[in-house]
Amino acid sequence: MKKLVLPALIALTLAACSSTGTDTAGASVEDRGAGVATVTAPGMSGSGIAALTDPNNILSKRSVFFDFDSYVIKPEGRPLIEAHARFLVQNPEMRMLVQGNTDERGSREYNLALGQKRADVVKQALMLLGAREAQIESVSLGEEKPRCDDRTETCYAENRRGDMLYSGEF
Amino acid sequence: MTKLLTAFRLFLAAALSSLALGAHAQLSIEITGAGATRFPVIIPIFENEGRLPQSVTDVVRANLERSGLFNLVDMGPLPMPESVMPDLAAVRARGADAVLTGSLIPMADGRYEVRFRLFDAQKQLELGAMALPMSPAQNRIVGHRIADFVFEKLTGLPGYFATRVAYVIKSGPNFELQVADADGMNAATALRSREPIISPAWSPDGQSLAYVSFEQKKPIVYVHTLATGQRRVIANFKGSNSAPTWSPDGNQLAVVLTKDGQSQLYVINADGSGVRRLAQSSGIDTEPFWGSDGHIYFTSDRGGSPQIYRIPAAGGSAQRVTFDGNYNVSPRLSFDGKLLAFITRNAGRFQVAVQDLATRQTTILTDSARDESPSFAPSGRMILYATDSGGRGVLSAVSTDGRIRQRLTVQAADVREPAWGPQIR
Repeated sequence: MKKLVLPALIALTLAACSSTGTDTAGASVEDRGAGVATVTAPGMSGSGIAALTDPNNILSKRSVFFDFDSYVIKPEGRPLIEAHARFLVQNPEMRMLVQGNTDERGSREYNLALGQKRADVVKQALMLLGAREAQIESVSLGEEKPRCDDRTETCYAENRRGDMLYSGEF
Repeated sequence: MTKLLTAFRLFLAAALSSLALGAHAQLSIEITGAGATRFPVIIPIFENEGRLPQSVTDVVRANLERSGLFNLVDMGPLPMPESVMPDLAAVRARGADAVLTGSLIPMADGRYEVRFRLFDAQKQLELGAMALPMSPAQNRIVGHRIADFVFEKLTGLPGYFATRVAYVIKSGPNFELQVADADGMNAATALRSREPIISPAWSPDGQSLAYVSFEQKKPIVYVHTLATGQRRVIANFKGSNSAPTWSPDGNQLAVVLTKDGQSQLYVINADGSGVRRLAQSSGIDTEPFWGSDGHIYFTSDRGGSPQIYRIPAAGGSAQRVTFDGNYNVSPRLSFDGKLLAFITRNAGRFQVAVQDLATRQTTILTDSARDESPSFAPSGRMILYATDSGGRGVLSAVSTDGRIRQRLTVQAADVREPAWGPQIR
């Protein structure tokens, strides 16, 4: 596999566990009406890492897909999981965020929990292949970030997925 | 029942901020079905009301009409002063069973005292009287209070016209958490984000919302004070943080965390300290709702399919609450603790259902296919929920007997995740 050169500093505190009771800085209060002040949520910067975005490299692919009501990685998703597991093993400083997603049918919060199951399955598969627990955070986006908006089975299948993001990409 | 008996629209005049949704974010309310028997009532203009820049009795009439419980009978353009005994025979002759008389008495400081009396025309009784001070610009809040008074006297249920609702609007890539009066007026944006916002939950004092924001690319629970815009992260643990619900005293929240594995229930202090696990299960536990009966109702698939359970808020063993069907989610307890609203999957359609907890009788209240996120009005009579109309998210409300229906829409945007705020006395 192609050797990758890593940026020296990838020290995002991905696994920083509990940040409780902190006032969020960077949120701006813009206007007021009816006793409600308007706040704009700060966005994320997100600078990509070139080697991970090379379209000729399997590592540029980040999504594994799931069947309806399923939390099992399909055989066609295995090579991708294996490639990212190798990358994490070879680059122990690297951190990954796995985002689980569902299609839009049903309760948003229940779907958030189902998306978490998909993210956890991806994380466990990566760990079985040698990635360390501390490198990976699994979270869910539930049905909130569909890649495809149509109400078709094709679209739903595209939305039932786990996405792997590296430090700097989230 | 669903026959369109009456329809009216209220467009909010409040100028929203210019960014993103501004021009489209008008919430309009339409009654799409009303109670079979509606109480006929006459609400004439108040004496001296013409001195106000905006009518107060228009607000009273619109509120009562929107409740679906009243039929407003016209008695002509003349006021019926509060100090004069109304001609109840004439009221009956018009087909009305009650009449509200009222006057605005100018005060030395430029304000008015609004005096009003409610009469039962059948029994020929005065049902009650009240006086409220108001500045000329307070027609809406005073109108809500008067409507509450009439509603309570005539139905025996607490009025809910002075409450607020929260909801999320999605327009293109933009999300806004908005708060509006329960009649759709005075909409204001509390949070604007490029990432999703879900699960708003009102604090019992009506001053703050807890919600889940994805602005950090993962679900994190915030508490947001509406008046100041101050936001606090209260749950940002490794994994997902979601589904906040406040304890009735406002000191704690139940949340769902995945820091120890699958989605499980935890209780956390309102300042984000003192997290502790509430329950342990082998499956998913989520969507807690902290009821006034001291139980936390939640969704769990521990039995194989998602069903509603409850557990004492102090901890203990969980008890299953729903048994019909294989998908029952999003529990919400009425304020009196008697009814449980939830979403049930019925032949592939997601619909609002209500269970009488004493009799275990379950009734499906809607005939739509994509209902989500039920939320009780403080009176316990109406349930606000999100649904779909022509591929667009809208809010609807249905009474717990299924007879009264309303729809709230925002032009050119999806509306979802409604939460009806508490009654503030």
